[in-house]
Amino acid sequence: MPQPRILYCHCAYAQVVPKSVKEEVLRQLAASDVAFDAVADLCEMSARQDPALGQLAGEGCLKIAACYPRAVRWLFSAGGSPLPSEGVEILNMRVDTAETVASALLGRQPAEVAA
Amino acid sequence: MNAALRVVLYEGDGSRPLENGDRYNVMRTLLEKGFAVTRATPGGHVSPAGDGEVLVLGRFSDGAAAAANRGDVRLRDIDGLDADSVLEVVETAAGETVGARRPWKPWFPVIDYDRCTNCMQCLSFCLFDVYGVNEGKIQVRNQTNCKTDCPACSRVCPEVAILFPKYRSGPINGDEVDAEDVRREAMKVDISSLLGGDIYQTLRDRSAHAKSRFSKERDSDRALKERQRCLIKLQQDLDIPPEVLASLPSPQEIQERAAAAQSKAEQALNER
Repeated sequence: MPQPRILYCHCAYAQVVPKSVKEEVLRQLAASDVAFDAVADLCEMSARQDPALGQLAGEGCLKIAACYPRAVRWLFSAGGSPLPSEGVEILNMRVDTAETVASALLGRQPAEVAA
Repeated sequence: MNAALRVVLYEGDGSRPLENGDRYNVMRTLLEKGFAVTRATPGGHVSPAGDGEVLVLGRFSDGAAAAANRGDVRLRDIDGLDADSVLEVVETAAGETVGARRPWKPWFPVIDYDRCTNCMQCLSFCLFDVYGVNEGKIQVRNQTNCKTDCPACSRVCPEVAILFPKYRSGPINGDEVDAEDVRREAMKVDISSLLGGDIYQTLRDRSAHAKSRFSKERDSDRALKERQRCLIKLQQDLDIPPEVLASLPSPQEIQERAAAAQSKAEQALNER
């Protein structure tokens, strides 16, 4: 099975994704040995109808670290590049912990948090 | 539009990997400034190249960067540069290749067509011509007309089908919609019972009522309080920012715009 591609959204133009979460997810991605795509803000790409969304949506398995899955799906659609109906996993940095998101992206078990 | 410059942080053959902390700092700095960055590693999977220009950053050896500049792909050696210096390199390259990009604002509605019933309430409600119809289907047509932080059209949508991804709370921010959300939003949608008729008409009526009472009672404080109460209720129920309310056009213009929007919605519904 091919390795899923990873797309990370930095949500650079609003403070709706906790800074600590998105920065820790990025830090863990950067510290790993995986290749990944990172974009400043999917909202901007959608608003601009950026053709790069089409490349990012692409085909095959894709893991996206961004915000609410419903928002992400319709942002791609509004940008003219709908996500495939299958093979896409969207991780929500607005509500999940950095450890949960990073572990899901990197395909590992979340580290245990000391009680 | 043209795709934005794509920055690739290349750590494959001929380019020595960055230290983890440096890699993070470079990527975070570029992302904060609006650049898309791909980290490319040997055997790694990333999105395919598009039609846009590509700037490849790396710690190149043997003058590889100078030799490989051709076509839409350019290489820059960032060996020894800190994140701010890398940003300068990228900004210079972007200035050379990418024309001025039209401004955007991170506030615009996104329609969830799995929920939308094409009822045109958003079209008839919005005074700012954000919505339009194409082949009988409601669309976000002029997203830059949208008033920042105003989710009122989402509030009047009976199906909770309009998202504002940067909104603070669900389900307008894209969180899943449950039955309670639909029930709550439906209550707000029922503007007739909430405010006694068309929302803009209500504003005008309240204003007129306040003026009337002012003339009869000479009680300016009471009239003012009544008007403020109405506006506060409207503002709270639809979460309309005060600055948007303050910037509403004249009553006559509101009437004209509302009529035009209503006409467009009715026309679209009749053509279905």
